[in-house]
Amino acid sequence: MTRASLLLAAALIAPAAFAQDTAPDTLVKGVTQEVLGVIKQDRDIQAGNQRKTIALVEEKVLPHFNFARMTALAMGPNWRKATPEQQKALIDQFRTLLVRTYSSALSSYRNQVIDFKPMRGQAGDADVIVRSEVKQPGGEPVSIDYSMEKTPGGWKVYDVVVGGVSLVTTYRETFTNEVRNNGVDGLIKALADKNRQLETKNG
Amino acid sequence: MTRILRLAAAVAMAALAGCSTVRSPDSRDPWEGVNRATFEFNDGFDNVLMRPLAEGYRFVLPSPARTAVANFFSNLNDPWVALNQLMQGKVERAIDDLGRFVWNSTFGLIGLIDVASDMGLQKHKEDFGQTLAVWGVDFGPYFVLPILGPSSVRDTGGLAVDAFAYLPWQIPKWADFDHRVTWQWSLTGLDLVQTRASLLDATDLLEQAALDRYAFLRNAYFQRRRNLIYDGNPPPLPADKQSDPTPFADPAPRGALVEPALPPNYSAVLAVDAPRTVAAR
Repeated sequence: MTRASLLLAAALIAPAAFAQDTAPDTLVKGVTQEVLGVIKQDRDIQAGNQRKTIALVEEKVLPHFNFARMTALAMGPNWRKATPEQQKALIDQFRTLLVRTYSSALSSYRNQVIDFKPMRGQAGDADVIVRSEVKQPGGEPVSIDYSMEKTPGGWKVYDVVVGGVSLVTTYRETFTNEVRNNGVDGLIKALADKNRQLETKNG
Repeated sequence: MTRILRLAAAVAMAALAGCSTVRSPDSRDPWEGVNRATFEFNDGFDNVLMRPLAEGYRFVLPSPARTAVANFFSNLNDPWVALNQLMQGKVERAIDDLGRFVWNSTFGLIGLIDVASDMGLQKHKEDFGQTLAVWGVDFGPYFVLPILGPSSVRDTGGLAVDAFAYLPWQIPKWADFDHRVTWQWSLTGLDLVQTRASLLDATDLLEQAALDRYAFLRNAYFQRRRNLIYDGNPPPLPADKQSDPTPFADPAPRGALVEPALPPNYSAVLAVDAPRTVAAR
């Protein structure tokens, strides 16, 4: 390798390395505050306009999730049994379902305060849990934890745990049962049907 | 009257249907047929009675008033929480929860205002079912209670004890109120409605998110109980970190890869559902 190509390589790598230096908890906090800030200003979203909420989630939140890994985790050993086309279809359908569900949850946001707790883990960890708490009036605070991993594209979320209930673990049971009863294609169909049903219901 | 008969007929048919089709077998749920039938009944009961009441409650009462009511009942629950903390050996938390009760009852105007949380004393959720878990009692089969919903044999036993300490029912008895029965039923009824109202958003979410609501709720119930028993820090399940590290890998020759060892029927959950040691806080 000549010196020139080394310098060129360094120049190309440097900006990318700089971009992924945002610490995971700073990232989650920043995105959360940004999204909640938009919701507080937007009357449409508060009134329940699903399309606008989904657009917001797709723009601000989606880029920070690793849906491929989430789907693979939720499938467990069945992931290997699916062809690459099926895997792609599963990821697409699961992502649509989660985006809709998350958007729905956001539209019931009523100015609760969200606290971010100090992150657990060493400085060099590639897999961390970012912990937050939503203060509820008249009840115990609800914990929301994000399991995040470091990827070449930055920190990505691969599991969300709400009040101790893990998204991946809960869906894993559903997926396992569906695959056992109807196969991988049956699962893809069930997810697609569910998404279609939600779309017609909410518009 | 006919509506009740129809509901009873529906339950009977659901029970028969449920007994014959076990759609999502789980080693923690040997009574799935019956549980699914009760689940259907609960759904019906909820749609006919509890949900309309809760939605009406939410419509009629403005948010600050609903918060005050929620705080009132939460406060009446705190002494029992404190006692359970003590029975689990968590002395510091017991003192905190007792402190909550004292401050909220006095400065918080009989519990209507939650001053204790602002003072840094957070609300904890404890019940006798969790105390039994810490003492080493095993979960027992999953068991859906009529009206009250998901439970387990152990937690149902816990509920029976919780009932003795349920203050909205017991205080009119102990303090010998006039029209005692009216007080008891009114307070209990109000608590049920306001609890249901606070869960309206969560149940809407469940309808959105779940492919099979029964299995979803069952799974969430077990995770939630583990979380509560271990006070927010449950040890990770062996199955949690199973994954294919390269999701987009071409289907490699089968013999070359080792299948992740996912326990086939989560019997590992029972194995790790062991009581916390008192030393770990």
